[in-house]
Amino acid sequence: MKRHLPLALLVLTAIGVQQLTHATGTAFYLTPLTMAAYYSLVIVGLCLLMGYAGQISLGHAGFFAIGGYLSAMLTTRDLTPYQDNPVLVLLDKLGCTVTGQDMFGGAVLHVHPWAAFACAILITIAVAYGIGIPVLKLKGHYLAMATLGFGIIVYRLVLASPLFGEADGISEVPAFPLFPGLAVSGGFESRVSNYYLAWGMVACAMWLLANLIHSRVGRALRAIHGAEDATNAMGVNTARYKLNTFVISAVLAAVAGIFLTHYNGGIGPSEAGIMKSVRYVAIVAIGGMANLWGALVMGSLLNIMSLRGMFGSYDDAVFGLILIVIMLFAPRGLLGLSLPQGLKRLLKRGE
Amino acid sequence: MLLEVNNLNRRFGGLQAVSDVNFSVHPGMIKAVIGPNGAGKTTLFNLISGALPPSSGAIHFKGLPIHGLPPFRIAERGMARTYQNIKLCPGMTALENVMIGRHCRSRAGFISGMLNLPWTRREEIAIREKSLELLALLDIADLAEVEATSLAFGQQRAVEFARALAMEPELLLLDEPAAGLNIYETAEVARLISTINQRGITVLLVEHDMSLVMDISHEIVVLSFGQKIAEGTPAEIQHNSEVIKIYLGEDDA
Repeated sequence: MKRHLPLALLVLTAIGVQQLTHATGTAFYLTPLTMAAYYSLVIVGLCLLMGYAGQISLGHAGFFAIGGYLSAMLTTRDLTPYQDNPVLVLLDKLGCTVTGQDMFGGAVLHVHPWAAFACAILITIAVAYGIGIPVLKLKGHYLAMATLGFGIIVYRLVLASPLFGEADGISEVPAFPLFPGLAVSGGFESRVSNYYLAWGMVACAMWLLANLIHSRVGRALRAIHGAEDATNAMGVNTARYKLNTFVISAVLAAVAGIFLTHYNGGIGPSEAGIMKSVRYVAIVAIGGMANLWGALVMGSLLNIMSLRGMFGSYDDAVFGLILIVIMLFAPRGLLGLSLPQGLKRLLKRGE
Repeated sequence: MLLEVNNLNRRFGGLQAVSDVNFSVHPGMIKAVIGPNGAGKTTLFNLISGALPPSSGAIHFKGLPIHGLPPFRIAERGMARTYQNIKLCPGMTALENVMIGRHCRSRAGFISGMLNLPWTRREEIAIREKSLELLALLDIADLAEVEATSLAFGQQRAVEFARALAMEPELLLLDEPAAGLNIYETAEVARLISTINQRGITVLLVEHDMSLVMDISHEIVVLSFGQKIAEGTPAEIQHNSEVIKIYLGEDDA
């Protein structure tokens, strides 16, 4: 029961905030709130990997970008020239394509967003396994460097590839009709429904992850974090557990990337950038590492502030600073900080 | 034969840490491995439990080869171990540490864990009950909710013991179970090992404390510089001239 209290609070807060914006006529806040929800998905997934399984990833923006870019590319690229390709014919027969009109009235053929979604998730899983199997054998700084390398590769690939729009990214990504009556899109009229969709997804993810960390698997993950060798000797397949956790967090990042791309109607290379990965890590740290709810709260607040432009052009600098300050003065996160103790530490350093 | 070690070798660069060691452990017995510091006892344990691969040789457990298997596979087959320098998980309570030991005797995975299915909830309750039982057996039930690494040394050792027992092993490897304990605590450990053994768990232990080894073991293997120099009952070992020589030095007179 105790486990469901924060979840109920989350749902109530989400409803309360929407009602508040409705009552005060500030519905424009719903847009950054919705975007913050999707970023929170990345953050809670990374929190599971870093805080519980104890494995750092400085490449999670890469997985976000793989999801977002693949979905954007597949749903915007005109496939008319390949109409007779047997693969496309098959996709067409399976109902995985949509026809539309370009701005000059010509017929165009795209992959249906659901098919693009499935494709993007499958590729994310494949990449996560492909990267995770060799890289998760590393520990500490070495793992951080290797995942950083992965993030850089994804960033340079989307930046260099004409398929992904190079420096411009991909724009005019269509709405994602999830089911009749609800589509992921940034349209004015669907602002409220998208807000609830995004936070509903966060609530679902939190329910699943909170269950997981309190399960046999979650216990094994925390044990791996503390004493990997001994945990292996207790019968835990530590390599597989780390890998599965890595893949779960990668999939959450990719799902966030896909939905946010359809919501924004586009994606640019900055979403794949290293500073995005650093930001996710900083937020998990400020949330208290092994603290899913802390990560969610700090992630939502900081992302909303950032999206509202409160940090101005110093956005990335702020997140870099947060990382330094948290590591120095509150390694257990801002919420785990008792002020007298923090002051004590500060004073001790001064001596 | 529960455990059979045949011509086991392990080299670290130029150092032959374990050299052509042969011995076997019958089910139901308490067998001890003794030897001076650096004799290769802990290396031998690491080879048996899979923490290190052997350079050559074979280890059979319950008739099947286990050399080269990762530790978690060996653990699943019914072998548990403790460590000389206690390895508990920091940030987890004593109870949670013991519950880790139930891992290989339970089966909830990622998906059932995320969905918190009714059977996983029942399994989780069973894991908790069994673990509490073991803490009670070791007289530390009142410490269940205390962070394990903040406990006193002897208590931490007890938690590690309970964790190993939670695996319901057929063979329990104890790496210096009396290290760092005073004589009263050592006597307590000796009593505990006998109790565990009477419950049908075979014990293989490495130990420095001679009184403990001589009191409780049925058989003893003596290692020196990686080689087995003697094997037999405690009485035989006590009168073995080779053993006396390495422990008390050569008689120059």
